[in-house]
Amino acid sequence: MNEVDSVDFVIRGRPIVAGSAEGEALVTHEALSFWGGYDFHTGTIIDKHHPLAGVSAAGRILAVPCSKGSSTTTAVLLEAVRAGTAPAAILTTEADSFFALASIVAGVMYGKSFPVVALESRDFDALESGTRLRVEPTGIVRRV
Amino acid sequence: MHLTDGDRAMLDGAKGAAPQLAMQILVRMAEVYGADELMDITQAHIDSTIYLGDATLEFAERLAALGAKVAVPTSLNVSGVDECGWKDWAVPADWAAKAARQMLAYERMGAVPTWTCAPYQTKMRPSFGQQIAWGESNAIAFANSVIGARTERYPDLLDICCAIAGRVPAVGLHLTENRAGQLLLRLAGIPRALQQDDQFFAVLGHLVGKLAGDLIPVIEGVDVVPTEDHLKAFSAAVASSGRVALFHIVGVTPEAGTLDAAFQGRAPRQTQEITIADLRAARRELTTADGQPLDMVILGSPHFSVAEFVQLAPLVAGKRRHAKVKFLITSGRFMKEMAEKAGVLGPIVDFGAQITLDTCILASPMLPPEIKTLMTNSPKYAYYAPSLLNTRVTFGSLADCVRSAVEGRVVRDDSLWETP
Repeated sequence: MNEVDSVDFVIRGRPIVAGSAEGEALVTHEALSFWGGYDFHTGTIIDKHHPLAGVSAAGRILAVPCSKGSSTTTAVLLEAVRAGTAPAAILTTEADSFFALASIVAGVMYGKSFPVVALESRDFDALESGTRLRVEPTGIVRRV
Repeated sequence: MHLTDGDRAMLDGAKGAAPQLAMQILVRMAEVYGADELMDITQAHIDSTIYLGDATLEFAERLAALGAKVAVPTSLNVSGVDECGWKDWAVPADWAAKAARQMLAYERMGAVPTWTCAPYQTKMRPSFGQQIAWGESNAIAFANSVIGARTERYPDLLDICCAIAGRVPAVGLHLTENRAGQLLLRLAGIPRALQQDDQFFAVLGHLVGKLAGDLIPVIEGVDVVPTEDHLKAFSAAVASSGRVALFHIVGVTPEAGTLDAAFQGRAPRQTQEITIADLRAARRELTTADGQPLDMVILGSPHFSVAEFVQLAPLVAGKRRHAKVKFLITSGRFMKEMAEKAGVLGPIVDFGAQITLDTCILASPMLPPEIKTLMTNSPKYAYYAPSLLNTRVTFGSLADCVRSAVEGRVVRDDSLWETP
């Protein structure tokens, strides 16, 4: 906890899709399916069973362990990028192929890929919602 | 990662702009998967057909405009609209027009317009050992497990890239060593009468999906011979409540002639018993409605097969649905054509059933808001309808569904399931 409160909070992740982003952290420890779980018109998480139900992830640094469920998650996330309602970056605990694919295709289609960074579990656990974070192309995540 | 000369030619654009784009995405994803190389496939099934909005449409039309052609025989999953029947339902005209444009884009790429989530019940069924790139969770589970074809869980947007390139990352379920069972689930004292029930494999699939996590489950103790549609229901259920892409049923599925074969001679990582109490609880979970009100019976997720039409016809013959209860069957154009040839559609239409083709209630905004309570024999509809459509659902057998539609209220024969 002290680490998070400190101004020089820095963790080093593995960039799955490299890029830069800055925004407020939104942290959950439960996997999320974007199909049936994310309203791309608004950026709101709508899965009624998810702890973040009703919260908007648009423009935020979404920390979620991994995707789950439908493989249409990738297409929902692409729609969100196009609509400007996607998270600014996604931090995970494993190299999530669905999030990576959505970002790669968003780069190809709209020149708007977003960083996807895999963190060690203990680093992920140190994240807290509300903290302002910067994600760097090397996979470094720091508090700003 | 090692790329062949053919892969490089595609990546460098020597084979055209569309293969180049597909290969760029594929190579990036192969790195994410940690693949050392790509490998050939000889068939694909595309889930990217599902229309969500402008981005899915633009992606499809971009590929089509670049002249994309699929390199292998390719079937298409459900679309976002029944082109002939959408006006009977609540589908907005703008949605119908854009979903139809997306269909056209994939047809222009040379894919076969199967428009079904059960491609394994069309002429596009793959064969044992065949390397394929399939999207759509139930179809992936069925192809891998029931047929013994080999596919990873391909997400939307990647499946079509694989089809255009004819290549996939050489990882996961494409490779023999990754197909061994990991979790042993033993049926403990489950009576044969229950195993023979029409709902058994749907309920078992729902339960196994929840127990399996990321492991490959092996089910031991099935002593009936399931029909193909029972295994279809199992595949749909196991991939809805969980993320299972491959399962083995000892003595039933082709890579599980024996328990030892299912585990490729290795020991299970975990073993668990499935009791009748577990199955009863799983069946109860598939019902979210209480009481008897009923607005619609919905059948056909995955799409209703010829065999299911044949099974339904005598159940509805000479009867008529209650005026207040809609009765909808979602199916594919190929299945309906076969059912017509088999001469079984007459009594079904006379009963007052409607048939929607090429899509389903989860992929097309069909249902008017006054439809609030559903009944189904599909574990996939039962799982997804409450959250995606904000409806309440009762799960029951096909016979229960017909009887309820006639009586205008939910009636279920629970004698096999709820007796102590």
